[in-house]
Amino acid sequence: MASAPPAPAPAHTAGPSLVDTLFQRSLDDLVKSLRADPSAAGESAAVARALSEIHREIRTPDAATKAVALQKLTYLSSLHFAPVASHPLAFPAIELLASPSLPHKRLAYLAASLSLHPASLSLLPLATHQLHKDLSPSASTATAHRHVSALALQLLGSPAAATAPDLAVHLAHDLVPHLSRGSPRAIAAAARVIAGSPSAAVPILFKPLAACLASPDPRASTAAAAAFCDLSAPPADAAPFLPLAPDLYNLLTTSRSNWALIKVLKLFARLAPLESRLAGRIVDPICQLLTHSSAMSLTFECIRTVLTALPAHDGAVRLAIGKAKELLAAADDPNLRYLGLLALGMLGPAYAMTVNDCRDVIAQSLGDADTNIRREALYLMRGMIDENNIVAIAAMLVSHAAKSDPEFANDVLGAVLAVCGRNVYELVADFDWYASLLADMARTLHCAQGDEIGRQLVDVGLRVRDARPELVSSARSLLIDPALLGNHFLFPVLSAAAWISGEYVDFTKDPLELVEALLQPRTSLLPMSVRAVYIHAVFKVLTFCFSVYVEKLGDSSKEVDVVFNELVIDQTVRGESKVALGSAEEQDIRASTVRKDPFSHASILYMINLIKTTVGPLVECNEVEVQERARSLIGFVHLIRDIQELNERKVADDDKQSRVNELVKTMRTIFCQELGPVSVIAQMKVASPEGLDLNENLAELTDIVSEDDTAPSTSIFFYPRSRDSVQTRDEPALSIGLSSLSEHRKRHGLFYLPTGKTEDEPSDYPHANDTLPSCSNETVSDDELKTVEPVFAGKKSKATKSRPKVVKLDGEDFLSSMIATTNILKEDPLSGALRGVLSGRDAKTSSAQRASDVNSEGMLNKMGTNESSSQQIENLGNHPTSSSRTSTQQNRDKKKGTNPPESDVKELRKHRSSGRSGHRQGKHKHRERSSTQPDIPPQAPVIQDFLL
Amino acid sequence: MIQAVMVISTQAKPRLLKFYNFQSPEKHQDIVRGVFQLLSARPDSVSNFVEVDGIFGPGTKMVYKHLATLYFVFVFDSSENELAMLDLIQVFVETLDKCFKNVCELDIVFNFNKLHTILDEMILGGQVIETSSEQIMKSVEEIGRLEKQSSTTSLIPKSISDRFSR
Repeated sequence: MASAPPAPAPAHTAGPSLVDTLFQRSLDDLVKSLRADPSAAGESAAVARALSEIHREIRTPDAATKAVALQKLTYLSSLHFAPVASHPLAFPAIELLASPSLPHKRLAYLAASLSLHPASLSLLPLATHQLHKDLSPSASTATAHRHVSALALQLLGSPAAATAPDLAVHLAHDLVPHLSRGSPRAIAAAARVIAGSPSAAVPILFKPLAACLASPDPRASTAAAAAFCDLSAPPADAAPFLPLAPDLYNLLTTSRSNWALIKVLKLFARLAPLESRLAGRIVDPICQLLTHSSAMSLTFECIRTVLTALPAHDGAVRLAIGKAKELLAAADDPNLRYLGLLALGMLGPAYAMTVNDCRDVIAQSLGDADTNIRREALYLMRGMIDENNIVAIAAMLVSHAAKSDPEFANDVLGAVLAVCGRNVYELVADFDWYASLLADMARTLHCAQGDEIGRQLVDVGLRVRDARPELVSSARSLLIDPALLGNHFLFPVLSAAAWISGEYVDFTKDPLELVEALLQPRTSLLPMSVRAVYIHAVFKVLTFCFSVYVEKLGDSSKEVDVVFNELVIDQTVRGESKVALGSAEEQDIRASTVRKDPFSHASILYMINLIKTTVGPLVECNEVEVQERARSLIGFVHLIRDIQELNERKVADDDKQSRVNELVKTMRTIFCQELGPVSVIAQMKVASPEGLDLNENLAELTDIVSEDDTAPSTSIFFYPRSRDSVQTRDEPALSIGLSSLSEHRKRHGLFYLPTGKTEDEPSDYPHANDTLPSCSNETVSDDELKTVEPVFAGKKSKATKSRPKVVKLDGEDFLSSMIATTNILKEDPLSGALRGVLSGRDAKTSSAQRASDVNSEGMLNKMGTNESSSQQIENLGNHPTSSSRTSTQQNRDKKKGTNPPESDVKELRKHRSSGRSGHRQGKHKHRERSSTQPDIPPQAPVIQDFLL
Repeated sequence: MIQAVMVISTQAKPRLLKFYNFQSPEKHQDIVRGVFQLLSARPDSVSNFVEVDGIFGPGTKMVYKHLATLYFVFVFDSSENELAMLDLIQVFVETLDKCFKNVCELDIVFNFNKLHTILDEMILGGQVIETSSEQIMKSVEEIGRLEKQSSTTSLIPKSISDRFSR
């Protein structure tokens, strides 16, 4: 039967033949044929064959054949992802919905609920009538009717149908009798319909749904609680559900169903932040549940509710923390441990100490086999870090990263970098430690955080003077390790290390070794951009060595003719070079090290030869950056070639020596100016030059320009080219540059601004490099720089070392303004509809003009017509009206024509005192309500009366 | 609400897929693949929860149970309790076990419609409507009886009535 005879072509077009019907394959046959050849190709062939067969069968007038075809198609589209678009599934399904045979009907409903597509919704009106019929009471037996209506409800709750507004409009009324019977199915379907098309469904369905909440049938109340929980879920606004609080409270205290309690707790967790008095009211019942419940799901929900919604109730929080720790201690159940960590993660900073108590358990969880547990543990660890324990925890985390799998290792490293770098290293007090930690992180196996580590290395170098010696030695350790050169993740780190070694060469203990490291053969593995940095670093180191050497030469020639070409350590000379170095720390180490003098003539010659052999070939390099730097380096070496002769001829040629001196000194001054961090808003501080009206012709560019300027970057911007060129530092050259600049600007007018940025800077904004060398923070900080130290002064008592200055640009206000999120309140259609509809206007106008005078008082009004919660309304008569209320009221006055006199408050109170027990006396209340209705109370008092 | 219920075999074949939030059919295959990748990467004896923001949107989690050759997966959002969902999987599996008398993967492969019937008795539109496996069993049996009644009065090929007889 698997191979049904292929129908002849004419029959195919004319429709299914009798043979097809007789030998139709059932779904079981289809499944068997699909399983016959499990290979992907075999399966797709079988699917294709089945589809063509179904295509034929589904057009038959015979209902039975059609039903089987539909069933097969549903199966294929659901589990074999058969493209249904070419086989319109919806139409035959809707045809069969009307079948008198229950199996056919079921098939049709299943097909429709599984595969109705918003695109096929145009077909849905065809089904509306059938759904209406199936939902209405029929002549058939009670059980049959129940099943048929269950099918219809199922379809109404299916994702595609729930979004069809027409369906909601036409069928919402049919749902009402089912809701008043308290059918969980109808409640669930109503929730979907309301969520899908609030404006149409809320006026009809909300009241009966709210009534279910107070139903004596636990199935109905549970389903209703679940429905409201779903409707109030973010991003929806929970405020319109506040008036349900009394019924929910009732459920909370009386329900025995864990499902219902969980949903009620979730609802309260959303409502409590909206109404301050609610928390005090629910805290006791929740604590009772917490202590007495044996169900873990309920316990966890209580913990979550307390920790997220009742943070002010210390007793409850302590109880919840205790329970959370119990979860954490569940050795054999990873689920509970995970949830325990999750619960601790909900604790605010006020309870940081409590989390700290569990540090050992959490640290242990970092090594758990479960990625969930590890991630939560890391999150907690991250939150635990403060300025006192940062050294211990960061070191622990980094050592942990070394043992973890690559992905988690990088999560850990990323977390450490983020925490330490937060807000310009506010937690880091000991930057020597941090510099070596950064180097350690870079060396961690699997480290893929090179970009951030490199950025922070440079950033610390720029911002923290005191950290530079340690940074340089960390950089050295990274540079001399040939193994690191093969790891492409570390290229940014190596680039930063090379830059640091070049920029802060004064702190280098051994420039010769540094040059060797920077020029080692494996540097050919580096990308060109990094090689360029390496070569430039060599340039700086070389300049530094020359200047020390030349200085030494000058000094010594004045005194004695000391022999320079000896490779021994000459203490007197060394002493002088130390002065040049100017670092006290350097001195100690230098004195203790016995190594050849890097500033001796031999060393200089060696360096020059090394550079000539290794950098020489790069002059021909294809990459311009590398080529340019190689050329400038080689050119410099060539310029001062005379230096080689200085020693041999001793003091013979004064002319040459002075020329070399001159050259070396000039080069040295180029590099000895300190680079500072650049403010991200530096461009804003540039005053526009006279005669340039930025707003006139560039109006259309404002967007682009402002975007550029405020880009929230924490990184530092370098303009490497400007550092290279001597002109930017040279005063006369600068002025020449400026004059030509303004000429150029005159000629090119409009196009100038974007490219003119960097050239503008030196004139108006104090150059970043100028700000620091003077180093008196007072002068620096008054305008564009702020040093942030005092903040920490108080806390530093424990730290053995005082925290060095950290240069911080861009005041907090700026940063916070960057962070400030545009918290646009989205107009939520559901709550909008709830409010609009419930404020007494009829359904049509409500959907059109709600929103403006949104007020949840409408909700109360609505609740007033609801038996279960009617009594809350009654005492509300005379409360002061809010401003928004007046508009609502006027609105209503117009509509109703009359404004009934306000009810007698006392009478109402009396009524209320009869309590909840009387709340089912229908008619009397209804009358009462109709009189109170027009006086719509603001929401707060309702809760108050209930709560107090 | 519950966003989806899936049963996926350890061979990455979907055995039951039901989405309660609309997912375009073209994406179903990718979703199954993504979920299976997450599941198969997890060793045994670790927690049963996985965050699936990447597949089902922010705040969604998935809870699963690995039984024999099948993964039973429920995807849910912040309106559901994690452990309650784990219990619900248990209810579902228990019900299957009762309906099929020691359920195995083949039962699930060959009973596409019945599986949906059971699931629909338990969850509607992403809301849990019944949590007692006895009650679900009862309803499913009743449906079976009703269909039998109905099918005896109509002319239906034997293959179909067979399938609904149990």
